[in-house]
Amino acid sequence: MKIAAQFGNLRDYMETPFLSMHKVSKHYSGVRALDEVDFSIREGEIHCLAGTNGSGKSTLVKIISGVVQPESGCTISIAGKEVSHLSSRFSKQQGIEVIYQDLSLFPNLTVAENIVISEQVSGTSRLVSWKKGRELAQQVMQKIGISIPLDVTVSELSMADQQLVAISRALTRDVRLLIMDEPTTALTRKEIESLLKVVLDLQSKGIASLFISHKLNEVMEIAQRISVLRDGKMIGCFSCKDLSATKLEFAMTGANTTYIPYHFQPDYAKTPLVEIVEGSKAGNFKNINLSIYRGEIVGLTGLLGSGRTELALSLFGLNPLEAGQVIMEGKPVQIRNVEDAMRLGIAYVPENRLSDGVALEQSIAKNLVITVLDEMLGTLNTLDDKAMRKAAQHWIDALEIKVPSMDSAAKTLSGGNQQRVVLAKWIATRPKLLILDNPTVGIDVAAKSSIHAVIKRLAEEGMSIIIISDEIAEVLNSCNRVLIMNRGRIVKSFITDGATEEEIQSFISTHAV
Amino acid sequence: MERPKKKSSRSSPPTLFKEVYVLKKILQRHEAYVFIIILLFSTLITVVNPNFLTFENLFDLLKSTAFTGVLAIGVLLVLISGGIDMSFAAIATISEYVSITLCLKYGGNMLTAFVIATVIALVLGSINGFLIHTFSIPPIITTIATMNLYYGLLIVITKGRWIYSLPPYFNTFSQVRFLTLTTESGIPYGLSVVTVIWFALMALTAWMLKFTRLGRSIYAVGGDATSAARVGINVMFTQVFVYAFMGLMAAFAGIIQALLVQTVAPNSIVGKELTVIAAVVLGGASLSGGKGTVLGTFFGVMLLAIVQNGMTLMKVSAIWYDVMVGLVILISVGFSSYREKQGKNMRRIDVLESNAQPVGERV
Repeated sequence: MKIAAQFGNLRDYMETPFLSMHKVSKHYSGVRALDEVDFSIREGEIHCLAGTNGSGKSTLVKIISGVVQPESGCTISIAGKEVSHLSSRFSKQQGIEVIYQDLSLFPNLTVAENIVISEQVSGTSRLVSWKKGRELAQQVMQKIGISIPLDVTVSELSMADQQLVAISRALTRDVRLLIMDEPTTALTRKEIESLLKVVLDLQSKGIASLFISHKLNEVMEIAQRISVLRDGKMIGCFSCKDLSATKLEFAMTGANTTYIPYHFQPDYAKTPLVEIVEGSKAGNFKNINLSIYRGEIVGLTGLLGSGRTELALSLFGLNPLEAGQVIMEGKPVQIRNVEDAMRLGIAYVPENRLSDGVALEQSIAKNLVITVLDEMLGTLNTLDDKAMRKAAQHWIDALEIKVPSMDSAAKTLSGGNQQRVVLAKWIATRPKLLILDNPTVGIDVAAKSSIHAVIKRLAEEGMSIIIISDEIAEVLNSCNRVLIMNRGRIVKSFITDGATEEEIQSFISTHAV
Repeated sequence: MERPKKKSSRSSPPTLFKEVYVLKKILQRHEAYVFIIILLFSTLITVVNPNFLTFENLFDLLKSTAFTGVLAIGVLLVLISGGIDMSFAAIATISEYVSITLCLKYGGNMLTAFVIATVIALVLGSINGFLIHTFSIPPIITTIATMNLYYGLLIVITKGRWIYSLPPYFNTFSQVRFLTLTTESGIPYGLSVVTVIWFALMALTAWMLKFTRLGRSIYAVGGDATSAARVGINVMFTQVFVYAFMGLMAAFAGIIQALLVQTVAPNSIVGKELTVIAAVVLGGASLSGGKGTVLGTFFGVMLLAIVQNGMTLMKVSAIWYDVMVGLVILISVGFSSYREKQGKNMRRIDVLESNAQPVGERV
């Protein structure tokens, strides 16, 4: 990265470790969260801490910030001095600040107040000086070269600006190490760029940053080192330069995803299953032309804010088109709401299966048949238990869902199996078009491959599928066609037979705004 | 730093348009709507009955509204902190009743009456705050329970007896005026001590909310209690404080009520809770916490008082009062909420306007 080069002369003080920890362990009620972990971060270093869910990342951060105490037997030193133990207060005194994923901002207060509030709370005066507060807020923002209007309430700011307000708040103290939890997930590419600039700027002032993440992201482009945790063990500390996405995934999960490509040539002479002609929605997307044929798996990718999810939602009636036409099997149709979409045979599997997809407390069987209750009616129009169990068993077998029993609660399943339940419940409606929003986020590698296999089998049986995904590898290897969106337009279409990951990635990077 | 430049709040607007700019800023605030509605109503009432816009009527209005007004200050703090209190009318009644009973029995003066009422109400209010924080019972449930408990105990102990003869200093004190005028028929009127107490409490509270750490903490807790704890705010103290403060206001309101009506009836205040809460919400406070000002609350209380007063002056039957209150709340709160909703539509994407890269997607 070009910006990183400018800061090459920082090497001097990046040699001294700011924080180093040796043999840190932590058990929670018998479960091992951290097992003799070694970790260190140098002064002014940009460091990433990666690991899947449950790998121990957050426990390590809690120990660093003093919220949780490690077990005896570890040694911790800060700025060269060994410390007996860390407390929340002590960590703050040492200049360690954590910005949680929720940012801990007050949506109802102004930018200035949000920035200075921790300073005011810890200060001696019981009175609040608005003038001093504004001055301090202004100073801190100048430190990192940003300017956000001081009197705007935080709820009116974009996620990116909120992020910067949170950083500014941390800087009201004499911060030496800034820890940020998944700071880039809700930002667009442009916003990430300005965040990275701020981080590099902090680095030039000798402030170290630690980023927590569960996947490879933009931060790693500017980071020096990356530490990977798996199952509470430190797998290693790598130099960011020579760590590819595949290597990182292997380090985090201990396995590599194997993809079986889906090369498929639809019969273009036939009528497409779905066509969108000049579809537009103000502020979302514009002049979209798209045809999807039977048996196709189409990948829809692009950066956050490119309009891909909005486009998919328009087909499912959650974000209806304002102009343009949808043609289904040759006939113009109106999709104004979800009912219309379902009647036309369109199904949508949301990204967040935990909140939108599965009823966690309900039994697996009930989850599986929820979409097709109409077909489960027996005599007297009441639900026929036998029919429901038969249908549930059918889907458990068909998708090879590993269940203790179909009557156990859905929350007892692993992420991959939960995702299969969500898939099954929508496939049960026998859709003609299935839209999957990031179908493999947060599930392990083995489960990922088998979900991809299920998707391919469905396509081979004639279903058309749209996969929305951030992962180029995922869309490249499980789709026959990949569409790239940028700022509300489809800007490129790749036939995956012959395209490479690098080709697509570089196209996105060069065309992204 | 090449961040897209935003208009800094420091860059002052062009001097020529300064007034317009300031006016615009004011109009963006909820208080402005309520104030405009007050003006409209007042104009309407004055046209029908010019007696509305007389010093006599206005001073009287400010005197009789003081009771609701003082309660509203307490409710405001509770709402800002993200809570709600249904028991304040019960607390007001108890502190009023007990204080006056003790004053009658053992003698005293205005000050002892206030002090006794205050102590009782502070204790009862703190119990609310403590229960809510310690057991995490939703505030509405806790205070409905304590409302029944407090009020029920009062009725059990007093058997619902009214107190008809207050200590004589209640009558003398209620006549105190800071400004005395006389009507044509020779009846004195003016700025009542009750109004002055109300305004003093509003000024103090407004100052506390704006300029003390505690005041800002209340807004912070109402905005996001978890974040508040993370930046080091004592959430428990803040919560107990707002309910205790509510109690304090209830005590003042209770004594003011006694001064205004010169009798004490255990059942005269209970049942007014929703009207007071409505007035505060009308003034811009949010039931979800974090929002509200003393000025807005004052306007909210006054608007409801003016509607009632105006209906009497316009000789509209009192049975229409509830209908009017309902309409006023819907229109006023609805209007400003709708504007807010307009501002927060679905996330908008910066759509590429040129057709520079059209893709022949249709194969």
